[in-house]
Amino acid sequence: MTTPATSTPATNIRSNLWGVGSYLLLALLLLVVFPLAMDVFRLGLAAKYMSLAFCAVGIVLVWGYGGILSLGQGVFFGLGSYFMAMFLKLEAAANADSSSGTALSAFFGTAGLPDFMAWNSVEVLPWWWEPFHHVSFTILAILIGPPLVAFILGYVNFRKRVGGVYFSIVTLALSAIMAIVIIGQQGYTGGVNGITDFKTFLGMDLDNERAKFVMYFITAGLLLLCVAAGAFILRSRLGRVLVAIRDREDRVRFSGYDPAMFKAFIFAVAAMFSAIGGAMFTIQVGLASPSLVGIVPSVEMVIYAAVGGRLSLIGAVYGALLVGWAKTFFSENFVEYWFYFIGVLFVVVVMFLPTGLAGLLDKVRTRMRRAEG
Amino acid sequence: MSNFNRRQFIKTSSAIAAASALPFPMINIRTAGAQANTVKVGILHSLTGTIAIAEKSVVDAEQLAIEELNKAGGVSGHKIEAVVEDGASDWPTFAEKARKLIEKDKVAAVFGCYTSASRKAVLPVFEKSKGLLYYPTYYEGLEQSPNIMYTAQEASQSVIAAMDWLMKNKGKTFYMIGSDYIWPRTTIKIAKAVLAKGGGKLVGEDYYPLGHIEFSSAINKIKGAKPDVILNCVVGGSNVAFFKQLTAAGITGKNQTVLSLAVSEEEVSGIGADNTVDTLTCMGYFQSLKNPANEKFVKSFKAKYGANRGVGDTLECGYISVHLWKMAAEKAKSFDVEKVVAASSNLEIDAPEGKVKFHAANHHLWKHARIGTFQPDGQVNMIYESPLIEPNPFPKL
Repeated sequence: MTTPATSTPATNIRSNLWGVGSYLLLALLLLVVFPLAMDVFRLGLAAKYMSLAFCAVGIVLVWGYGGILSLGQGVFFGLGSYFMAMFLKLEAAANADSSSGTALSAFFGTAGLPDFMAWNSVEVLPWWWEPFHHVSFTILAILIGPPLVAFILGYVNFRKRVGGVYFSIVTLALSAIMAIVIIGQQGYTGGVNGITDFKTFLGMDLDNERAKFVMYFITAGLLLLCVAAGAFILRSRLGRVLVAIRDREDRVRFSGYDPAMFKAFIFAVAAMFSAIGGAMFTIQVGLASPSLVGIVPSVEMVIYAAVGGRLSLIGAVYGALLVGWAKTFFSENFVEYWFYFIGVLFVVVVMFLPTGLAGLLDKVRTRMRRAEG
Repeated sequence: MSNFNRRQFIKTSSAIAAASALPFPMINIRTAGAQANTVKVGILHSLTGTIAIAEKSVVDAEQLAIEELNKAGGVSGHKIEAVVEDGASDWPTFAEKARKLIEKDKVAAVFGCYTSASRKAVLPVFEKSKGLLYYPTYYEGLEQSPNIMYTAQEASQSVIAAMDWLMKNKGKTFYMIGSDYIWPRTTIKIAKAVLAKGGGKLVGEDYYPLGHIEFSSAINKIKGAKPDVILNCVVGGSNVAFFKQLTAAGITGKNQTVLSLAVSEEEVSGIGADNTVDTLTCMGYFQSLKNPANEKFVKSFKAKYGANRGVGDTLECGYISVHLWKMAAEKAKSFDVEKVVAASSNLEIDAPEGKVKFHAANHHLWKHARIGTFQPDGQVNMIYESPLIEPNPFPKL
């Protein structure tokens, strides 16, 4: 659990170099190797896994360094995903020539409304859907809404010193509530079906190859940006205080800090990362679905971070990519039994690699350094 | 000693490897020879997750049809090779796998999807990647994609016929109940329009979430309102609770007309045949239909998968989907999606459900609506068969 607190300048420089090096390697992989090595279909999958990696990076911040195990990142992922979907759906509904959705609305006499509202007898666009006609509002909502929710929720709980397992349960409940509300309020949210069948994003056709490349690079760029931002936070004084809170919260409190504020802040940052991931997911996969906001996906996101190593921002990205690939690979090749393989993978990681892949790599490095002398 | 062992090990293992390698070239030659002469199709259903229970058997029916066709020489001389993918009852996964089948495997057609949600998730993929989906489940209509062929009945093909028959034979006051999602809502919307036109009266209308198991308030309403007919659009597992609670409240097929639009022989095996005896169902196909095509279908299905397995509407539609695709491809002399779709227009098939044919333009089948009563053994005794009904996915009400 402890990170090296005292380190000599020499090892500091070396670990700095190591950090920068592995960051550049990740950038090279995402921006050069993947696009060159993969066809559009696989690249699309990579983009999908990358949008989930945003959550994993956030989880490293809150769990690995803040000591807060959040089982509710799916909620923020879902908010980002649904905000983006609302915008895309309104754009699709306004476009008269976009296939079945519009015909459906015409059948129910509700042209211009999203198709699922039509068959749910919702005849007027709800007021809180209105602002999502504007792309600027949508982007602001994605960047500000989820972190705000997270901050308030976090602050209220941390202030009352709800922490540890109890906070995990609160977040778990939250993700269950979110899924139930979305499924229950189908007239406004699309219910189990989710929101789907988008055509364009700001007039750009979403499914041609060029758009996919553009979106891939935007996702990769944003992900690298989030990793860098996370690293920056961890290196700042804020990050140090955070680690201190994780290891001895009462001591930090006695020193005059307000731990609740720090914890809520980092929780909000993670929520923002998740929301960005959710929005990019919706654009690339073409739907927002309640199956991505509930308990199962939220727990899965924690697993991504665990596989990659919960103390490594970069490891989290690899974790998400790796688990995503494993899922696709096993389900394509062992159609009926793939769930067991994934299960075994998770058990193995948790039992034998508690610090994940990054931890394994660290061990190897330490041993090599020792061998060097 | 250890050295010797190692050598021995190498020797034996290389012998085994050589032995096992022997048949491989033969297999390779055979598949390589066939490679030029195979055509790939995709099967995309949930094999895991909550919907798997309903979808797995549809895969069986589709594979049975593929096996039959291959035995009879394939499609225009091409052997059919099925690529099976698992949608995992998860809509984003359906979209991912649909894209994989079309773009990676380059399948000529995909047979798949069960819920409307999964179809809605893959629809944009099929439209943009120019794939072809055969969709075998009865559904709400209100859709007509150039890249989807709908081989089951859309809402108007069952509910309008059922309502007409009920109002003529059973009475004019109705209570309607359904699960809360697109299919029941649309179906009941059409039913209400038919009811209003025929001068009937609606005494209650309720929707419950999928998976709901507490129907006592609905049953109290039914007891109070005493409708002539209960129109049941409850879907899936909830039917178990609904029928059991009806029976417990003393409402059975003997003293109350109950017509279900989403209960086939397959569901009854879950609900328990005791609870559905004498209630009505309206479907396009029953296992008990008497005609040579159906007897052959039921027989070969049981021969392949076991005598205790039953077939129902969706299975039959999955089965004919494969045959319809084969006929269209042979008529078009091509596996090109646009040509296959064009050749499907007015295409007629002698199906287990009788002679049905594709509409000239709208990608749906002309179908019979059939009403029957459930027997104690879970089978259906047909009491009414409509003439072929024109599919009309966008009915004017």
